[in-house]
Amino acid sequence: MILMLAQASVTNAALDIEIIGAGEHQIPVSLVPMGGDLQLGQQINEVISSDLQRTGLFRMVDTTGKSPHETAEVNYADWQVRGAVALAIGAVSKQPNGRIEARFHLLDVIKKTELAGQAVSGGDAQLRAVGHRIADLIYEKLTGDKGVFSTRIAYVNRQTKLFSLIVADSDGYNEQIVLKSKEPIMSPSWSPDGSHLAYVSFETGHAAVVVQSLFTNARRVVANFRGSNSAPAWSSDGKQLAVVLTRDGSSQIYLMSPEGNGIHRITFSGAIDTEPSFSPDGKSILFTSDRGGSPQIYQIPVEGGAAQRLTFAAGNCFSPRYSPDGKSYTFAHLTGGRFYIAVQDFQTGQMQTLTEGGWEKKPSFAPNSKIILFASEARGRGILATVSSDGRVQQHMFTKNGDAREPVWGPQP
Amino acid sequence: MKKLVISIVLLNLLAACASQKPKEMAAAPAPVPAPVAAVVTAPAMAAPTAMDPLNDPKSILAGRSVYYPFDISAVQDADKPLVQAHAKYLSENAARKVRLEGNCDERGSNEYNLGLGQRRADGVEKLLELGGAQASQLTTVSYGEEKPRATGHDEAAWSQNRRTDLNYAQ
Repeated sequence: MILMLAQASVTNAALDIEIIGAGEHQIPVSLVPMGGDLQLGQQINEVISSDLQRTGLFRMVDTTGKSPHETAEVNYADWQVRGAVALAIGAVSKQPNGRIEARFHLLDVIKKTELAGQAVSGGDAQLRAVGHRIADLIYEKLTGDKGVFSTRIAYVNRQTKLFSLIVADSDGYNEQIVLKSKEPIMSPSWSPDGSHLAYVSFETGHAAVVVQSLFTNARRVVANFRGSNSAPAWSSDGKQLAVVLTRDGSSQIYLMSPEGNGIHRITFSGAIDTEPSFSPDGKSILFTSDRGGSPQIYQIPVEGGAAQRLTFAAGNCFSPRYSPDGKSYTFAHLTGGRFYIAVQDFQTGQMQTLTEGGWEKKPSFAPNSKIILFASEARGRGILATVSSDGRVQQHMFTKNGDAREPVWGPQP
Repeated sequence: MKKLVISIVLLNLLAACASQKPKEMAAAPAPVPAPVAAVVTAPAMAAPTAMDPLNDPKSILAGRSVYYPFDISAVQDADKPLVQAHAKYLSENAARKVRLEGNCDERGSNEYNLGLGQRRADGVEKLLELGGAQASQLTTVSYGEEKPRATGHDEAAWSQNRRTDLNYAQ
């Protein structure tokens, strides 16, 4: 089960590509179907290609008619003509013990140098993980940002009267059921180390906050007061959990330890204050509140105090989530009867709508702040969707059955 | 451009963790018992009888739902007689218990709607107490938009889903 990487060679070369405004200039990359076991190679290539295209930062250059698998077989002129600036080649084989081993090289077509060369291997069930790892390496080499293809997401699947809490790869594959319940499950939230999920469960008859280990599956009810206990959010150091309780009246935000100790209240509005999100530096919290008459986004120091209203656009704003780089936040904007996924930059205050609108809710950033995952709807079903943080590329992910709801992107492993 | 500086060994270990097969869901012991669980079973003496006006389909008490405009949690004038009648009934039938279940349409985030549904249920609870019901007879819960009575992205469905149900324990 161990996924192994052996570094074959690393050069100091870097592509002379300037990315000015993500997505404005897509990097043309040729991804040659891997040699060796052609079927495995095709499957891995599909994973890599899909990963890279989802970011909106890459354009796949046609490889028809040319299929080098070793660096020595590459005629750089072939690829310069086609406009590629980077070329990924390699071969995959199945070892006698069943392990998949992929060797790949990333080449700078302009400088005719090798950017990266790696051997990545995994068990026979880890074909996709091998592809994600290679996609991460290509992405990091060509953009300078960390890849997020090996990360995971969590979401809730609803089928008539059955709710399932699911953890899956970032592209929606490799689903694993964390919890099944006949009562609603809401608001999954990752611990920063990816070891635990906090979420809202109605198993006790009303909304209670549960923390569950993803390794042992041990569960603990950490907030179960009168009324509703909900909207768990972890601080980036993993030491605090923000929750929303109605034990003292309307929905207000409280902080406590992830074990449920040391509960103290930080908002005192008498309105609905909900959906807290910790800033990456741990100093402030974004939240939704209707204290001004309609739901809008506010920011408050983590120790409490005066809240600052951030959204003034027409309509209502919900579900704020900081970007991991702390420069912006994403939220759902309801206006004219449609939900849109939007971002607001903290420095400029500028708000940008990223999507066409529809039934779009609950956005969250990938760990590298470049992609946003959200809940959408297509063909009458709740689905998962992503949009690049510049709004340029969107992708829809359909689950096999039921409605996908409440997605949230997990941390970097 | 950032250089590719990664700890290969560390990546190995992390990737291995991330790709573990799911373990069977541990048969976790029941979480902390819910206070509301006790409400579900009413005392035997509260069993309905032929004389109980609660079971009279012609009684105002046959109405068990209060409806709201969008993003509003105050009981509307049209529904106040219904709530007052239930308050009177509860004050005269101390053994009766009712669970107030707040619901919302889907035009909001799930969490905001959970808060709104709670405020709706709490609003009915307050009116019932003002009308003579005892706090011990009442429990509130919000389902937000999680348990819609009607599906569909239109006002016909939404108007059905913006409500508080009075769910008597049998």
